[in-house]
Amino acid sequence: MNNLLEKYEIVIGLEVHAQLQTQTKIFTADSTEYGGAPNTHISVITLAHPGTLPRVSREVIEYAVKMGLACGSSITPYNVFARKNYFYPDLPKGYQVTQDKDPICVGGKVSFKLKNGELHHIRLHHIHLEEDAGKSLHTNDSDDTLLDYNRAGVPLIEIVSEPDMRSSEEAYYYMQEIQRIVRYLDICDGNMEEGSLRCDANVSVRLRGASQLGTRVEIKNMNSFRFLQKAIDYEAQRQMELIEKDEKAQIIQETRTFDPNTGKTYGMRVKESMNDYRYFPEPDLTPVVISESWLAQIKAQMPTLPWEWQQKLKNQYGLSEYDAGVLTDSRQVVEFFAAVCQFTTQFKAVANWINGEIKAYLNDKSLEMSQLPISAQQLADLIELIAQNQVSNSVASQKILPQLLNEPHRGALEIAQTYNWLLENNANALQQAVNEVVAQFPDKVKEYQKGKKGLQGMFMGEIMKKTQGKADPKLANQLLIKALAEA
Amino acid sequence: MINTDTLHKIANLARLEFEPADEAKLLADLNKILDWVAMLQEVNTEGVEPLIHLSEEVNVFRADVVQNQIEREKALWNAPQKDEEYFKVPKVLDI
Repeated sequence: MNNLLEKYEIVIGLEVHAQLQTQTKIFTADSTEYGGAPNTHISVITLAHPGTLPRVSREVIEYAVKMGLACGSSITPYNVFARKNYFYPDLPKGYQVTQDKDPICVGGKVSFKLKNGELHHIRLHHIHLEEDAGKSLHTNDSDDTLLDYNRAGVPLIEIVSEPDMRSSEEAYYYMQEIQRIVRYLDICDGNMEEGSLRCDANVSVRLRGASQLGTRVEIKNMNSFRFLQKAIDYEAQRQMELIEKDEKAQIIQETRTFDPNTGKTYGMRVKESMNDYRYFPEPDLTPVVISESWLAQIKAQMPTLPWEWQQKLKNQYGLSEYDAGVLTDSRQVVEFFAAVCQFTTQFKAVANWINGEIKAYLNDKSLEMSQLPISAQQLADLIELIAQNQVSNSVASQKILPQLLNEPHRGALEIAQTYNWLLENNANALQQAVNEVVAQFPDKVKEYQKGKKGLQGMFMGEIMKKTQGKADPKLANQLLIKALAEA
Repeated sequence: MINTDTLHKIANLARLEFEPADEAKLLADLNKILDWVAMLQEVNTEGVEPLIHLSEEVNVFRADVVQNQIEREKALWNAPQKDEEYFKVPKVLDI
């Protein structure tokens, strides 16, 4: 592949479908809940009974607009829906309601960093609203196809990129960024396994330096980041090899599926005429006008976005690029960070604790940040105990935090007191421990005095043992040096 | 002018079948319709926006609250082919 990549360039555009997390479907009041028994979330509108009229919900429009605002798209003030006509039993109406000429969001871009830190900007062509189709089940032992219309009419936005990506890695990070944005906006759960976020990839290859695009192939419905990357790699390789073998004519504009079991893409051989969708404006739905004042209201509801957080973390909290990047993976995490920082100014320590111990705990228990048993204030208190030299870092992370997570109704200080985990910074008590240790090893004291300074660590270890790790290391060290000199 | 090829394409898109004997009549009918539309097109519509909706209402919204769902048993009532849970149709390939 590497040799071919010196000669050819891969060109990728993605169409990402994100399911909007409204309670109801796009044009009807049926539930959008995932995993219901077959055909239990349906209505006469979904089933296309005569005499029914669809109506859109305000939420659907606002969610789509939020995505557009986050991507810097321009928002279309006058929206009409369109019918995309095709006969397929996954939608009983015989058409899908979508947008055609004037999608709700036009233009914009999505920016992300590759693994090596390189910043990429991918332009968006547009974002439009549409309804999802039902689920067809094909069984081997029957001549029928079974249909479940629970998903028919579920609201989607389709985010269509320009063909701006040049590697499967870019596609992977682009998709991840989209997932992060929809989760920050709280408009889609971003769950790829359940199909709330899925994508089609348009892939073509061309000789490097060529100005014209090659014939593109559309790979349908990939529902994992890994499959997306694999499918693009396989498809690009297949196209490059065909051109190399002088069989370029075999690359036809077609739809292919990716089979995760074989890692290959397969042509779907859909008849040409199937793609004649004869779009026309949907007369049953009234136009949606997004006024300046409505748009201003939606703008006011926008959360702080990941890149805005990153600036804030660097400028306001003095964090490194790296820490800022890790903390902003999820909105819950960064908001928890900010909440903790209301109670302490140990910003760097807060970042370390959240990115370290707290995330490790959540991963271990498979919990979300919102399910963390302790409050922002409790974590801040613990971090303050360390800053004030009342507990050691290791006791805090290995003993106090686990106990705090078990007994979240108690405070960090209370726990440290109860279990006697506070640092011994009482000079008298410490002095006694130091004296005991010095008296315990007279030979080692002599060796130390003769110049074997490395023994200091051994003495410190003994003092820590004696004090069960509670000795304030700085103070203990001072007392030890003095005691050794005077012994 | 609609020719035989177009006629067959439209019939295919609409999933309609007809007897070869009816072809000439269908062609004539369709072309009569087009002629009539051509007459309408003689009207000068410069500067006139296409009329999509008869009502001038905009922003007719529905609350995002689940309601009016239909019970499965009732939903399946009129289906020509079904089982306990699903609508059934003759086997189709996935697209």
